[in-house]
Amino acid sequence: MDKVMSNKKMIALYVLPSLLLILAVVYIPIVLTGYYGLNEWNGIGSMKFVGLDNYQRLLKDSVFWDSAKHSLLLAVFSLISLIVYLAIAMVLAAKLRGANLFRKIYLIPMLLSSVAIAQLWLKIYHPTSGIMNTLLESLGVDNPPAWLAEPSLVLFALFIPILWQYAGFYILIYYAALKNIPTSLEEAAKIDGATSIQIAYKIKLPLVMEVLKVTVVLAVVGSLKYFDLIYVMTNGGPNGASEVMASYMYRTAFKSYDFGYGSAIGFALLIICLVATWVIRKLTETKDTIQYS
Amino acid sequence: MFKKWTVLLLTLCLVLVAAGCGSKNENEENNGGAAEAGAKVTVNFMHLWPEGVSAGQNKIVNQIINEYQKEHTNVTIKQEVLDNEQYKNKLKVLSASNQLPDVGVTWAAGFLQPYVDGKLFAPVDDLLGGELKDKFVAGTTEAYNIGGSTYALPLEFNIAPVYYNKAIFEKYNLKAPTTYAEFQNVVKTLVDNGVAPIALGNKDRWTGSLWYMYLAERFAGQETVAKAIKGEESFKNADLTKAATEVQKLVDDKAFVKGFNGLSNEEAKSEFLNGNAAMYLMGTWELPNFTTNEDIPKEFRDSVGFFKFPAVDGGKGNANSWVGGPGVGLFVSENSKVKDEAKKFVEYFVSKWGEQSVTGAGVIPATKVDTSKLQLPQLYIDLFNEMNQASSITLFADVQMKANAAETHLNMIQALFGKAATPEKFADEHDAAIKKGS
Repeated sequence: MDKVMSNKKMIALYVLPSLLLILAVVYIPIVLTGYYGLNEWNGIGSMKFVGLDNYQRLLKDSVFWDSAKHSLLLAVFSLISLIVYLAIAMVLAAKLRGANLFRKIYLIPMLLSSVAIAQLWLKIYHPTSGIMNTLLESLGVDNPPAWLAEPSLVLFALFIPILWQYAGFYILIYYAALKNIPTSLEEAAKIDGATSIQIAYKIKLPLVMEVLKVTVVLAVVGSLKYFDLIYVMTNGGPNGASEVMASYMYRTAFKSYDFGYGSAIGFALLIICLVATWVIRKLTETKDTIQYS
Repeated sequence: MFKKWTVLLLTLCLVLVAAGCGSKNENEENNGGAAEAGAKVTVNFMHLWPEGVSAGQNKIVNQIINEYQKEHTNVTIKQEVLDNEQYKNKLKVLSASNQLPDVGVTWAAGFLQPYVDGKLFAPVDDLLGGELKDKFVAGTTEAYNIGGSTYALPLEFNIAPVYYNKAIFEKYNLKAPTTYAEFQNVVKTLVDNGVAPIALGNKDRWTGSLWYMYLAERFAGQETVAKAIKGEESFKNADLTKAATEVQKLVDDKAFVKGFNGLSNEEAKSEFLNGNAAMYLMGTWELPNFTTNEDIPKEFRDSVGFFKFPAVDGGKGNANSWVGGPGVGLFVSENSKVKDEAKKFVEYFVSKWGEQSVTGAGVIPATKVDTSKLQLPQLYIDLFNEMNQASSITLFADVQMKANAAETHLNMIQALFGKAATPEKFADEHDAAIKKGS
């Protein structure tokens, strides 16, 4: 086996199929998207090369920057919610009765498809017959808002199901990371008289730091490119109040038939995601990583 | 990013699939060429009536195809069925790779334009002069006419009446309004009694567009509206501005259900079906739900009536003018290898579709049908007769405009209803988008 693995030709052979596949369905389309962004194209017929016009238009497009702002806001909220998830995971990882059950409960939203979640929350937010407003009315709130129709509320109303959808995923990751910490460390700290808060801060947090960094990147990039629930629940409306970059891209390309500009938006989205990833890696860079032993 | 990759991947797959189909066609064609005339031909037909979603239409399509194949034993019609949105996307992908089916379904005006510009659809004027001459309801084929040639033959025709719940109207002693003042009174009475007057799902935006188009027609007249959409008249026209202002006045009067800008058309429809809202402005494609659909309680179906959108005092339009438009039509691909066979099939299909679709699917066909011999629900017959008396038809705005302008129109409709745009801004944005001409 060692012989096979040290053979350069064999390595190439094994790597090739998936490399070709990923080139064909990921990297080549990305390059093509960048190229389409340089053209004026309605999706049918011939393209007209317009150079950087689309990208220039993008820089001045207030709708795009508004949608970028919305995406960024979602990223900020995702980051804040990560702290909550970590706290929940710490509680669950402690030897607690019923923790196992709770872990499963938190995970279930992740198993539902986005569209099912969207339908569920559409019912919850329904302005007259939804649970939310029925509840508010029974609590004595007069004329509760129509959550998905108020431009000032709609974005936050959408954040709740989006964060809820991914809660189980992050809790599970943190839970696994916390379970990996040898119990001997915790026991030693206890003997030295550390409180559970001190244990959480001084021992558990540094030890799951690497995992934390990964989830920060996942949450930020995931938020920036987010599409599903917003597309189904509001389609970016009303009046673009819940438009995010991906939904704006979709709308431009597939509804306005402006594939050139749509591709430019897609490419800009890619660059923004790459920059965000790079910045996060830089900011969270540490010289020495703490290890167990 | 992931979403985009999926879309691209999907596109890629479709292209591959399309390329596969295409090369097969060529092989068949080569084989066919070797044999003498009258040899086997395959006509590929792509449509959007899947069995699950449009059972009625699907059955009719299969019937017609079977009959046609029986009469023309050398012809095989190969169907490809997709859902509405997928259909639109696939048609686009196929056209980019020049692999359109021989016969397919298209929409009118704005949707048709790029395909005609790209010389992808064949003119079907010759069919209009033949067997199908004078068979179409006046004004239906015009929507498929671009630059003097007709590029598709319409199958359906829809107009939009205001449906209302007779039971609710009776309860509050209301009558179907015949003037706009009466209509305003109906709205006011319902609001005073805590009933939502109008079900509107403006998340979908074209639903609100119907209201605006009616008000625009009633205030400014059909010609002015048509000119404005063509770019020959400004939307700043005093009458058109009045219409936009009136929309916001209706919103202020709480005429529409709560949260209408966040509701989809389906959700709004269920408000009407549940008796929570008293009125619902929608196309005649909803007729089966109010007449024959067994899933909806009979009690409700019997209590649905309709009225014409009332004329406005001093307005230039009249109550016999409808907002509506042809639904889908059939096109023949310009690059089809079996163009003649395809045209013959289209001719046959359109001539059979009329009567069968009335009884089988409850839609209003674009061809003339003698309803006196058929057993039909009264609501249907009444609407059918109204349509034959129509003085003019104002086409659905988003169908008429080019894709980009249509998108602006729809966005501005939502903004206007949501009071995020003033009637002035509404007019400016429209003029700018239409002038841009894409």
